[in-house]
Amino acid sequence: MATFAKGVVFEGVDFDDPNSWRLEEYVKRGGYAGLRRIADEKLTQDQIIAEMKLSALRGRGGAGFPTGLKWSFMPRSFPGQKYLVCNTDEGEPGTFKDLDIIWNNPHALIEGMIIGGFTMGATVGYNYIHGEVFEAYERFEEAIEEARAAGFLGANILGCGFDFQLHAHHGYGAYICGEETALLESLEGKKGQPRFKPPFPASFGLYGKPTTINNTETYASVPYIVRNGGQKFLELGKPNNGGTKLFSISGHVNRPGNYEVPLGMPFAELLELAGGMRNGKKLKAVIPGGSSAPVLPADIMMNCTMDFDSIAKAGSMLGSGAVIVMDEDTCMVRALERLSYFYFEESCGQCTPCREGTGWLYRVIHRIEHGHGRPEDLDLLLSVGANIAGRTICALGDAAVMPVQGMLKHFRSEFEYHIENKRCLVDH
Amino acid sequence: MLEVEIDGKKLTVPGGSTVMDAANSVGAYIPHFCYHKKLSIAANCRMCLVQVEKAPKPLPACATPVTDGMKVWTHSDSAVKAQAGVMEFLLINHPLDCPICDQGGECQLQDLAVGYGKSASRYEEEKRSVVNKNLGPLISTDMTRCIHCTRCVRFTEEVAGYQELGMPGRGEHSEIMSFIGKTVNSEISGNVIDLCPVGALTSKPFRFSARTWELSRRKSVSPHDGLGSNLTVQVKDHQVKRVLPLDNESINECWLSDRDRFSYEALNSPERVTKPMIKQGGVWQQVEWTVALEYVANGLKSIVADHGVDSIAAVATPQSTLEELFLLKKLANGLGVQNTESRLRQHDASFATAGVQWLGQSIVELAESDAVVVVGSTLRKEHPLIAQRLRQAVKHGMKVAAVNPHGDDMLLRLAGEVVTRPDQLVEGLLAVLKATVEIKGATCPAHIDTSHTEITDVARGVANILAAGERASIILGNLAVQDARAAEIHAVAAALAALTGATFGVLTAGANTAGAELIGFNAAGDVFATPKKAYVLLGAEPDFDTANPVKALAAVEQAEMVVVLSSFQSCAYDYADVILPVSPFSETSGTYINMEGRPQSFNGVVRPLGDTRPAWKVFRVLGNLLGLHGFDYGTSEEVRDEALAAGVEARLNNNAVAHVHVKARAAGNGLVRLAEVPLYQSDVLSRRAPSLHATVDAQVAETLRANAATLAALGVAAGDKVKVEQGGTAELVVALDARLLDQVVRISAGHPLTRDLDSAAALQVAKA
Repeated sequence: MATFAKGVVFEGVDFDDPNSWRLEEYVKRGGYAGLRRIADEKLTQDQIIAEMKLSALRGRGGAGFPTGLKWSFMPRSFPGQKYLVCNTDEGEPGTFKDLDIIWNNPHALIEGMIIGGFTMGATVGYNYIHGEVFEAYERFEEAIEEARAAGFLGANILGCGFDFQLHAHHGYGAYICGEETALLESLEGKKGQPRFKPPFPASFGLYGKPTTINNTETYASVPYIVRNGGQKFLELGKPNNGGTKLFSISGHVNRPGNYEVPLGMPFAELLELAGGMRNGKKLKAVIPGGSSAPVLPADIMMNCTMDFDSIAKAGSMLGSGAVIVMDEDTCMVRALERLSYFYFEESCGQCTPCREGTGWLYRVIHRIEHGHGRPEDLDLLLSVGANIAGRTICALGDAAVMPVQGMLKHFRSEFEYHIENKRCLVDH
Repeated sequence: MLEVEIDGKKLTVPGGSTVMDAANSVGAYIPHFCYHKKLSIAANCRMCLVQVEKAPKPLPACATPVTDGMKVWTHSDSAVKAQAGVMEFLLINHPLDCPICDQGGECQLQDLAVGYGKSASRYEEEKRSVVNKNLGPLISTDMTRCIHCTRCVRFTEEVAGYQELGMPGRGEHSEIMSFIGKTVNSEISGNVIDLCPVGALTSKPFRFSARTWELSRRKSVSPHDGLGSNLTVQVKDHQVKRVLPLDNESINECWLSDRDRFSYEALNSPERVTKPMIKQGGVWQQVEWTVALEYVANGLKSIVADHGVDSIAAVATPQSTLEELFLLKKLANGLGVQNTESRLRQHDASFATAGVQWLGQSIVELAESDAVVVVGSTLRKEHPLIAQRLRQAVKHGMKVAAVNPHGDDMLLRLAGEVVTRPDQLVEGLLAVLKATVEIKGATCPAHIDTSHTEITDVARGVANILAAGERASIILGNLAVQDARAAEIHAVAAALAALTGATFGVLTAGANTAGAELIGFNAAGDVFATPKKAYVLLGAEPDFDTANPVKALAAVEQAEMVVVLSSFQSCAYDYADVILPVSPFSETSGTYINMEGRPQSFNGVVRPLGDTRPAWKVFRVLGNLLGLHGFDYGTSEEVRDEALAAGVEARLNNNAVAHVHVKARAAGNGLVRLAEVPLYQSDVLSRRAPSLHATVDAQVAETLRANAATLAALGVAAGDKVKVEQGGTAELVVALDARLLDQVVRISAGHPLTRDLDSAAALQVAKA
């Protein structure tokens, strides 16, 4: 996997050095300086939150919620236990960036969480790691031990009277546990099912205590901001879209992998970084933000820049930054069938529209793909989708519907062809 | 208070209310499945989606908190569209097999489908089918019908106290099931049948025996424990088909114990007696009522004439109605006979209170206590719904402690617990008393000597809870009242209550234990200790209902005349001279007084079976036949009014008649028996309900239980057969009960397998 190494999250990381992830190397490249700055300059919680807001760092897990604002929601004066949770349960098809962070630069995450703990008055943190990346989980445990041994975790960190403990926890691969409240349930030892909100985790989170949950990449961006100031981070990207972002590029490109680039980079440039289209084929469509983001056809995509606002304007989402590139030979019916199968399998089954509706969507698309489609099926898909979207406890229902809506919006004719001719429009 | 507008109606609701609460308060019905007033909010069915002003999406009414000024439309186009969308999803995988579904006609899904469903489905794919589960003898499953509302799951976890059901699997593969290979064994499990909004969980005993619309619904009162659960008895063709709860927030809420719910099977048992019978020359003959009653009248008269008034005893169970007991007593007294008694399981003849034993407060007040100490009770089995009440209260801060001869899990967080040998319950309480005296800096009452008592840590724990409670209660259970040292237990517990200002109460064992006390029925003490010449047994079975069945059977066997008034065949054929078929609670009007002193009257729900007659009418005729005054009642209500003429409240009094001197005794050093009456042997009906006897509870009652050390000392292991010798013998299978103390063996009383045992005799256990 290739990675653009001059960013924030991977700043200074030597991907060819097997020890680059270690604490010693991390410190050499400026690691834990952010934490030291807090200790030396006696930064206050409010000052850090102000820097976070200034940086325009937006949540890297998919929703793109401003991190500084989220941190300010935490009731810091609440006298009881508060928790900090990191969501490394990346299960969205197309997304593989957080794995690279805990594998190549775990201390950036650890430092970011310590700073988060200090800022929000949480003394215990958990990192919930996806169940299918066990080696990375073990390395992260090792990194925690290093940090503990160096005094960055534990009691009275760097003499500033602040205690913080961090624990890693690995899940068992259920996609739904990436939903933050399902993650909390799972962390508590229960079946991973989303909670109804409100109450939100900031008031009723882990074990019912105020909790802030951020994505791995979000936390890993924090040390840079504290070290260099929010303004510098903001300037890396563009207004309202501060900093760099990891894009996991997969599909029909020459060099799939993670690329850390400034937010706002034109898509064409990113595609170039990934080596361009495989076998010289033409770009057909892109799913710009993980499997739940609506697909965008090539012409729209080539005019987009890679940031939250541009992609939203084009009718999709930057999401987690998983860019799935599809060339001209891709059958959109088959692609959607595969996507729908994923959501059908991963629905937690708790609430009715998603439990029943995702199976319905998949079966109809499956039928179309296998030559048993009916003309009225496309309207049925949209109607069933409308009955799921916005009616469920969590966003998985929406996530299952958006690919369907996106595909039918931009590639409806291909579906109609499939229904009529009982075969694909493209040769593959 | 918050202002909210529901469908254009303005109202104010307390802070923290949900939209569902607000809608309920103005009678606006919002369709729902997973929501239930007694369960936590799951918001998973999505049927209650409503339109809320400024909300971009429809919101679930059950989980959306009301905010000030909120405007809600429960039946606007957008709300109904959302609800209809959910209904469509619920139905796509539902088998729609209403014609062969037991829930048909009383199904929430069916009812709401009429309002929100379409006549044809757009879903033409394959439907899901789900394998059925074996949840035990009471709950039948058709899991393909399940709509995953998780009410049953939440019930077992939150109300029954132990999550026996769960929903493993994801998405469409989610299934409600028990732990692998396990059934649902809660003593209140049947409530999941009521909670299930579809036909996934239905009643196994009732299954396919009637359609809901064929059934008449009649109110009644449960004839089992002292709670007096309110019942809706459903009948068809003069037969009880099913028993369901009748909501009464101050008694059973919307729940029933399985005993309340399924004991009706006995009412239709082939063991019912339906004809009066007289034994002549050793042969039973069916006779007309007039013949039988004249025989009884003449017999009783001649016994009195020949042997005097003390030679007769009238014995009843606390499941008899107030009217029956009142007339039986009046009849006996009319003959000059004073020996009437219903405290048949009491071992301690010296235990008596100044008035009617009762809870000392209402059931609701008990649940509002901040500290409750339960003394001598298998609470979950003796009083299943009281245990449930306390379980809910614990979640809201109540502290519950127990002083018990066992360590049974009450399925609630116990704040303190003293476990004693069965013969040392008094000493366990004395330690708590001594600790309380110390904490309070008070002096111990003169009649109680704690000088030989040592304060244990666990006793201090219980004392602390009691002392800290501002509204504390101490309640005595069946094991305490039936203990051989009941008077001492009572004295120490009462002293504890006096010292701490706690309310002192008794969980009355039977449906009408308080009623029997109220009318002064309990006048004789142990009627079997010195055998009588004649016995009149009302519903009482000497081999099961008594403290010492061996002695009781011997007493009735030697009697010259035994008159049995019963609904059922029994071994009375061996010892009785006359058997009069009388109505069970379902076939007579009557009144029970529950543990809070509340009289609850009910009517017969079906007509008496065969020639069966209500016992109060039998006594009325007998009174007239004997030429006694005051038997000219037209209705049972007249009897009741006379029985209650002096009122109830003034007679409720848990104080001892006189101070009992208490002093710690050294613990014995041999095997000691914990003899509890099992859940489904408590009365004539539960003894004869086959489904209840197929439960795990019933199976456990058949075993001899002891802890590992005791089993090792006896040289036996779980599963072995042992021979128990105690007066008589019994052969039992051994099981482990880790929470018993050393040398304690738990052997059921009032059970067919142990009826030959004499609980007062020396105990020996050996491998069979």
